[in-house]
Amino acid sequence: MQIKMRVFRFNPEVDQKPHYDTFTVDAAPEDRILDLLEHIKGYMDGTLTFRRSCAHGVCGSDAMRINGRNHLACKVLVHDLKLNDGTVTVEPLLAFRVIKDLVVDLEPFLKHYRNIMPYLVNDDPLPADGKERLQSPEERERFDDTTKCILCAACTSSCPSYWSNNEYVGPAAIVNAHRFIFDSRDRAGEQRLRILNEFNGVWRCRTVFNCTETCPRGIQVTKAIAEVKNAIISGKIDYVKSD
Amino acid sequence: MTQTHQFDVVIVGGGGAGLMAALYASRGAKTAVVSKLYPMRSHTGAAQGGIGAALGNIEEDHAEWHTFDTVKGSDYLGDQDAIEFMCNEAVQSIYDLEHMGFPFSRTPDGRIDQRPFGGHTNNVTGKPVRRACYAADRTGHMILQTLYQQCIKNETKFFDEFQVLDLLLVNGATAGVVALEIATGELHVFHAKAVILATGGFGRIWEITSNAYAFTGDGVALCLRHGIPLEDMEFFQFHPTGVYRLGILITEAVRGEGGVLINGKGERFMERYAPHVKDLASRDVVSRAMYLEMKEGRGINGKNFLYLDVRPETVNKYAEIDGRTRPDGSPYRVTGDEILSKVPDIVDFCKTYLGVDPVKQPMPVQPTAHYAMGGIPTDKYGRVVIDENNTVLPGLYAAGECACVSVHGANRLGTNSLVDLIVFGKHAGIDAANYAREAAFQTLPADPTEGARDQIDRLLNNNGDEKAAQIGHEMKTEMFDKVGVFRTGEGLEDAVDKIKELKERYKRVRITDRGKIYNTELLTTWELGNLLDLAEVTAISALNRTESRGAHAREDFPKRDDVNWLRHTLAWMEDGKIRLGYKPVVITKYQPKERVY
Repeated sequence: MQIKMRVFRFNPEVDQKPHYDTFTVDAAPEDRILDLLEHIKGYMDGTLTFRRSCAHGVCGSDAMRINGRNHLACKVLVHDLKLNDGTVTVEPLLAFRVIKDLVVDLEPFLKHYRNIMPYLVNDDPLPADGKERLQSPEERERFDDTTKCILCAACTSSCPSYWSNNEYVGPAAIVNAHRFIFDSRDRAGEQRLRILNEFNGVWRCRTVFNCTETCPRGIQVTKAIAEVKNAIISGKIDYVKSD
Repeated sequence: MTQTHQFDVVIVGGGGAGLMAALYASRGAKTAVVSKLYPMRSHTGAAQGGIGAALGNIEEDHAEWHTFDTVKGSDYLGDQDAIEFMCNEAVQSIYDLEHMGFPFSRTPDGRIDQRPFGGHTNNVTGKPVRRACYAADRTGHMILQTLYQQCIKNETKFFDEFQVLDLLLVNGATAGVVALEIATGELHVFHAKAVILATGGFGRIWEITSNAYAFTGDGVALCLRHGIPLEDMEFFQFHPTGVYRLGILITEAVRGEGGVLINGKGERFMERYAPHVKDLASRDVVSRAMYLEMKEGRGINGKNFLYLDVRPETVNKYAEIDGRTRPDGSPYRVTGDEILSKVPDIVDFCKTYLGVDPVKQPMPVQPTAHYAMGGIPTDKYGRVVIDENNTVLPGLYAAGECACVSVHGANRLGTNSLVDLIVFGKHAGIDAANYAREAAFQTLPADPTEGARDQIDRLLNNNGDEKAAQIGHEMKTEMFDKVGVFRTGEGLEDAVDKIKELKERYKRVRITDRGKIYNTELLTTWELGNLLDLAEVTAISALNRTESRGAHAREDFPKRDDVNWLRHTLAWMEDGKIRLGYKPVVITKYQPKERVY
């Protein structure tokens, strides 16, 4: 079938403001949107610019807006989409500066990530035998969901609170804080909770659920944020699921 | 405006090997990581099933067994001193990762869980051994995340989205690299005492591949153009189970958890090819068996794919036939939920790309180009060695998939890619920092960016009629057809001719994007130049090796030939032509014998 790809274009070396170009391409229902972008770039317009790498949803390079919702372009197939007049609209993520076409500046996003201490902190002596620290399967399960994050930024750029205030740490940073706060081996949970209890921490979240709906890894983002909020309120971190 | 930076150690590439090197180099030297991707986008993140180490958490195991399995898996082409070193170091490396926060899946008593993987055996019974440590089916993702997190903790200096275009060698020693800042198009000179190349593989020379778009062999090609030979390039692993047509990896852990390969007649055919370990034979063996099944008309509906079946009823049926047991001795039986919990991402990929739920339906699979056993020759400290006598090039290092130590020889065992990048990334980092402490900076050339500028100018000034995408497409198709799982002299000659033709046409490629900011057309075209060079070396090395060993299977020379070919290939590019040489394989404890699984 033929579909029309309506693509956001902005070249800072030429354009005063962005515009859209429409490309008509032959597509199979099982083609990825990324395949179509690659086809356009390879054979129709070499200047079309986007990030991509793994092409199967694990590297997080190609998060973008497709028909108004955030997706990884490699994880959406043509038959997944409702086509209005056979058209697919592709735009860069919201809330970040556009560098060129579909490429946005991720530095503000990564700054928030770095600020929540996204690493294990444990200065206790290592086990005397030099082997692994013990962790039960239940303790490991406690933070499993939030280990899946690939930092694609789809969640943070879908968040209305972040649109209105980009000093808000955003869902992705909270997800990564959650991954360590609830890891029984970690010792810096309280510090992270203090950071997230500040003005631009978790309380900017208004539980809109956009983040959960958009996460290409299926992470229960809003739930993770709620668990962090609960830990702040209760002053208690449960290393095993209570339910 | 060109900027110049100075670091003791510069690491090119931000995947597992590069980040591991960064963590260890930065302990003793001023270090920076220069990477064309944000580090967390690197392809280490796509590794799924596990990382092997003889922890013996579930059952008896020994580093010596891991060593022998790796030697055997390599079809005796791996260097045994390096393999022994890697397998011994693997154990501590796993504990190091755990201490860094790696979220391993756990046993009921809280230890790191382990699962079976192809070619990993109990050396006494010959049965599969549980050696692969893992985090569900996202082990590589967790390694990449854990190392990146530690680098943030460590305040590692990163230059993200900088494409390295040239390597600076002065007086036969390393002086640094030149990189293009993708966001601005400006060149940067990185003046360094030591450079560690950790640029990954080059599976993008094949049509069906599990590899990322970024896997274009940049570091390997840079070495080739600077007179450094490449080792064993004819050995490239085809993973048995790629998603049909897309090539996306389906981890061997699916078979480790009991999944079996089924042909068009509904037979579990691997028992005919590897009677002892069946579906858990090493990858070259399984991929060849699949090709033969399909060639003899036993593909699914006669087509070029087979089924990988991990439905509980199938797993349980064959577990009963095989007498497979759990660690406690009870019969091995699984439920759909267990399968889902062990390989959740595979289930997700299959649903997304195939509309298939692996718990209820078999998955259509075909072999997919997966891993470069060959690459930049190094010793076990990651030092690049440039001739038959293993002469070290001072200050130049390589680690991970771009390097050839050689621990994988003619065929890599599953999980050993992650072992490789952790162990040799670490040791390259340590050794580079030690080297930098003693060494002085080489004086930079008068015009350090000349080489990089020449390459860019040549591409931008072409006014030809060729499209890079078309040349790339023809290269990939040719390589997959003629330099794939099975090869013939005739086919390889065709491939060499075709690549030469494509290299000529490449000189006439036209780039339409003339901008400086984020010019990915320029960069992907430059990458295609790397791929063409590496495709040529691969095909020529394969044509020259008139035997079958590991992943290199010649229909016209079906036997392994230890008399003539128990040696590594070295390939130099001189005046645009490839010259071949050889160096001996290091054999310590294990004399070559016939390889049976």
